[in-house]
Amino acid sequence: MSTRLATGGRLIDRTKPLNFTFNGKRLRGFAGDTLASALLGANQMLLGRSFKYHRPRGLVGSGVEEPNALVGLGRSGRFEPDQRTTTTELFDGAETVSQNHWPTLDLDIGVVNNWAYRFLPAGFYYKTFMFPRFAWKHLFEPIVRRSAGLGRAPSLRDEDRYEQAYGFCDVLVAGGGVAGLAAALAAARKGARVIVLEQTAHWGGRAPVDGGTIDGQSPDDWIRNTLQTIEKMENVTLRRRCMAAGLYDHGYVLGYEQIADTTPGDGRPRHRLWRIRAARVVTATGALERPLAFAGNDVPGVMLASGLRDYLVNWAVSPGDRTVIVTNNDDAYRTALALHEAGLVVPAILDARASVTGALPDAARALGIRVLEGRGIAKVHGGKRVTGVSVCAQAGEGSVLEDIACDAVAMSGGWSPIVHLWSHCGGKLLWDAPRAMFRPDAARPPTGADGQPMAVAVGAANGVFALSAILAEAKDTAPAPAIPAPDDEAPMAPVWVMPQGAPDALRYKMWLDFQNDVKVSDVQLAAREGYASVEHTKRYTTLGMATDQGKLSNINGLAILSDALGQPIPATGTTTFRPPYTPISFGAIAGEARGEIFQPLRRTPMHEWHATHGAHWEPVGLWRRPYTYLRHGEGLHDSVRREVRNTRAAVGLLDASTLGKIVVKGPDAGKFLDMLYTNMMSTLPVGKCRYGLMCSENGFLSDDGVVVRLSEDSWLCHTTSGGADRIHGWMEDWLQCEWWDWKVHTVNLTEQFAQVAVVGPNARKLLEKLGGMDVSAAALPFMTFTEGVLAGIRARVFRISFSGELSYEIAVPASEGMAFWTACLQAGEDLGLMPYGTEALHIMRAEKGFIMIGDETDGTVIPQDLGLGWAISKKKADYLGKRAQERAHMANPDRWQLVGLETLDGSVLPDGVLALAAGVNGNGQKNTQGRVTSTYFSPTLNKGIAMGLVRHGPQRMGEVLDFPTEGGKVVQARICDPVFYDKDGEKQNV
Amino acid sequence: MSDPVSALQGQTYDGFARITEAGLHGMITLRADLASKKLAKALKTQGFALPEPRRVMASGDRSALWMSPDELLLILPYDQAAPTVAALEGALAGEFVLVADVSDARALFRISGARAPEVLAKLCPVDFARLAPDEVRRTRAAQVAAALWCSAPDEFSLISFRSVAGYVMGVLEHSARPGSELTCA
Amino acid sequence: MLTLTCPCCGVAAEETELAPGGEAHLKRFGPGASDEDFETYMFARKNPKGVHFERWRHAYGCGKWFLAARCTATLEVFGTYPAQTTEPPADLIARIKTRRPDWEGCK
Ligand SMILES: [Zn+2]
Repeated sequence: MSTRLATGGRLIDRTKPLNFTFNGKRLRGFAGDTLASALLGANQMLLGRSFKYHRPRGLVGSGVEEPNALVGLGRSGRFEPDQRTTTTELFDGAETVSQNHWPTLDLDIGVVNNWAYRFLPAGFYYKTFMFPRFAWKHLFEPIVRRSAGLGRAPSLRDEDRYEQAYGFCDVLVAGGGVAGLAAALAAARKGARVIVLEQTAHWGGRAPVDGGTIDGQSPDDWIRNTLQTIEKMENVTLRRRCMAAGLYDHGYVLGYEQIADTTPGDGRPRHRLWRIRAARVVTATGALERPLAFAGNDVPGVMLASGLRDYLVNWAVSPGDRTVIVTNNDDAYRTALALHEAGLVVPAILDARASVTGALPDAARALGIRVLEGRGIAKVHGGKRVTGVSVCAQAGEGSVLEDIACDAVAMSGGWSPIVHLWSHCGGKLLWDAPRAMFRPDAARPPTGADGQPMAVAVGAANGVFALSAILAEAKDTAPAPAIPAPDDEAPMAPVWVMPQGAPDALRYKMWLDFQNDVKVSDVQLAAREGYASVEHTKRYTTLGMATDQGKLSNINGLAILSDALGQPIPATGTTTFRPPYTPISFGAIAGEARGEIFQPLRRTPMHEWHATHGAHWEPVGLWRRPYTYLRHGEGLHDSVRREVRNTRAAVGLLDASTLGKIVVKGPDAGKFLDMLYTNMMSTLPVGKCRYGLMCSENGFLSDDGVVVRLSEDSWLCHTTSGGADRIHGWMEDWLQCEWWDWKVHTVNLTEQFAQVAVVGPNARKLLEKLGGMDVSAAALPFMTFTEGVLAGIRARVFRISFSGELSYEIAVPASEGMAFWTACLQAGEDLGLMPYGTEALHIMRAEKGFIMIGDETDGTVIPQDLGLGWAISKKKADYLGKRAQERAHMANPDRWQLVGLETLDGSVLPDGVLALAAGVNGNGQKNTQGRVTSTYFSPTLNKGIAMGLVRHGPQRMGEVLDFPTEGGKVVQARICDPVFYDKDGEKQNV
Repeated sequence: MSDPVSALQGQTYDGFARITEAGLHGMITLRADLASKKLAKALKTQGFALPEPRRVMASGDRSALWMSPDELLLILPYDQAAPTVAALEGALAGEFVLVADVSDARALFRISGARAPEVLAKLCPVDFARLAPDEVRRTRAAQVAAALWCSAPDEFSLISFRSVAGYVMGVLEHSARPGSELTCA
Repeated sequence: MLTLTCPCCGVAAEETELAPGGEAHLKRFGPGASDEDFETYMFARKNPKGVHFERWRHAYGCGKWFLAARCTATLEVFGTYPAQTTEPPADLIARIKTRRPDWEGCK
């Protein structure tokens, strides 16, 4: 059994016991534990089930590479699945549950998949998709659904808060081990602004566990002294619990800081995503130990030698009383020595190398530990727990030489530098054959904005393991040309399959990807089935697609693939290393952007009034506009109809503040506007208003609005509510990039003014009551404007109408918008005034046949399609879009054109429906000859009205078209004039 | 004359820095050839000094901020904006300039306290350690445009559009919550 | 996420402060132009792997458009320059040629 030793544990504080639960069972650990060390210390070896076969799973490693020991952590609004126990710090009250089993962890029905593994080989999912649908539906899908999926997705809103922050530095050091700290110190001494990110809670990396001397000091002493030096330097920022998750273009690094994971609910942000811009990045990310592929290497109790050593040294946790070591290198001997020092038994070290010499093996031998050369494991015994191993010759086919009873196995297949950050943004790798590892190729680094290297790898991340070499390397932060082996270590020998001649029966039980159940046999099958690319093999077998993203399985898998393909490993290459290095929370990615501040909400000065007066909101860009003002007990339709009828009969009030307002001024402003608009704006007299259209260079209608000539050299351009910023940018683009010698200035004054539309037969009376300005028909005729003081407020009054009624739009300073709105409400009390929303606005404009950008236009419609030829100047040699509108298909008389549509039965046409034509097209679909672009119930006319684009429409007045609607019904509508109401404009021109 | 009101009417929040919506200020956008002597003279008459690129020149209750190669933002007491616009337009009549009162189009925030830059560093991709003392930085605060500068010791000023003042207050408040400081005390 | 130094205000802005504007140095063809010229102006874009000239706007900054020469494959930035020009400045061309000897030029 695994247990907590009575003494030792450099990271735990035995005076601070912490309580936690696992599947409801109360357990105890210590401050400084990870969930993994606490579980293991509490003899919880079985922690989960594998993905496909539901095999029992225990801890393999002690860090980010751990593929098995994932749990659900927390409860209700703080529940999160798939938390890696090896990197989760223990805290008091932590609630954990195991995953991927049914009904219980100990008894899993899904384990039947385990016995059916021959029927669930590589490419199982792909192959089942090839079966007939009924087989998938009735046979495979139920099995897959039952067994697939890891954790349970949280169902409640996340109660925690998150944030992001920007950082800047000359040198960012990723990794706070010996190499990282040495590099940081060296850079800092040269005066660089340095940020050091360490993903764990502890500085120093592996060195304190692995031992050795650094500059004549023990690792712990060196780390403490170095940190003391660094902490005094103002130009260095140290961040623990902060992982460099990714390296991107131009030295952009994402740092994932875990702030309050162990103190849920303390009000601090749980995670913070750092967006750091670094001139240079030092990847000091260390290395990961590789497993060995032998039969039964997935049985709980088989662990990485380094991981097992970590549990022993850091947390005083013994995974078992008797641990067999199996290795192809010297490093694993350190685990044997550590076990021996802890008073535990190492029955044997099985070393795949034929002859083993060197300081570490000699030290083991000196302690009386059996070292078996040229040996490997034929088979691991045990189900939910290791009970022993069968020993074989590595060179053979697996004949059992002896059985050794044990309750743990420590394996080491060598080390792989962590090259993720190096590779994220284009750094290339080279294959170091003697040491069987990919390591950064210093000659092909990722490059930055200046084309120069933006990253350098140091320490184990660079394949440099010896402490003395790491320090030497840090001095100039450049990789050493010849990579030395770790101090006094003999060369390792690559071992990809154990034993090398293992028959199929054994290969079926050699796991590569422990979480996804990918075995040596699966990769070999993929190769036989023609998968030559490592990327394809990955998808086909799911190798490396587990939550550890191949941290353990990648190199072993591609070595086996290379062998099966009969090519060297570098010819196969690696799969792509993609950020983030380990999963980061969605909360961190979202940062502050949630709830009220998910996105900017633009408010007009009258927003709060609307909100407290029944506004049903309609989003318009980032604005919220009242769609209608609901009265108590009123439905949306009733409310809208009331507003339309009241505006037409008495007077309505509209908050039009969102309308774009851009001032264009300068000696060449008229010339510029003539280019921008399809019609002539330079000839507009001062004081007058003119409706104008703007097109893209592609000829399509892009925006519309009323243009006002403010003075001899200045114009005010109104744009649509959603178009203000876009049109202002459009103007600046042409002025800066094409006609830069034209003397024109623009300024976007959209938000300077609150704009209020007073609309209806009583509009003039209302303005007269406000007082201060002559708004009579004579003084202020239709399509003119004036400036002055209205209701005591500086105001610009435009006599324009989008409803067909007598109408004024009044612009006042935004700071006085609410005051003006209130004055209007008071003045209008006995005039029948009601505010109205955007839907009433839309209906009234449709009744008048006015087009709406975004309804009648969709980026493929030109003004000529909309009967707006009158707004296109024939006199101008040029305007934006003119050349495009001369193209053959733009001038084609067959283009669909704007008409009104009235249903024969008075009903409202569905929006967007198509008008049928005779015959079918090449695809057998019915031909069409038009579509509905706007459709409403007109409260004024008491029937449905619509606008639409119809082929040859204007020449077909009176014709009846068929519009198929949902459920196969056909609605008939007659083509008519799009102006349904007051065609002669008598109501607005009074 | 009614009482003009700012977007948030002086709302404040006390976190590890103090956030204040600073109420109404006069603001004038001036687009012109900034090298023009006539311009410099007109500005001087109104109590403004011409700033260097990306700098603010403050004197008394008036500041001139460099916004782009042909644009200044003048800040002054609210009730003096309209007369100053008129005076500048008069002084620069016939010149190729645009003078616009934008006092009501903006919201002005003050972020004060020794940790003010930490609040802003969560929202703006700006290297505050390298920002010059009198530098004006136009940038992005979370999802909206902003201009900011150090307006007093331990105080930053930030200008946003008026319509998003509530959003800006929201993100500033979120960033200034106690316990979320970026550095140790 | 790239950074570009705006030549109009001098700020080293990151991509989120900028708005992209596509290929630089397009020659506008208006009324009277042939269909072919107009099509080239409107639709034909270079999309090279390597040296490219682009339009960017310092949208969350000074608001000005500027031009940038950049390698689309490595994101190396050769330089930025004002938009008020019909061709890249000579010193920039020279710099690109030293960095990319195989580059065939702007055509
Ligand atoms: Zn700029």
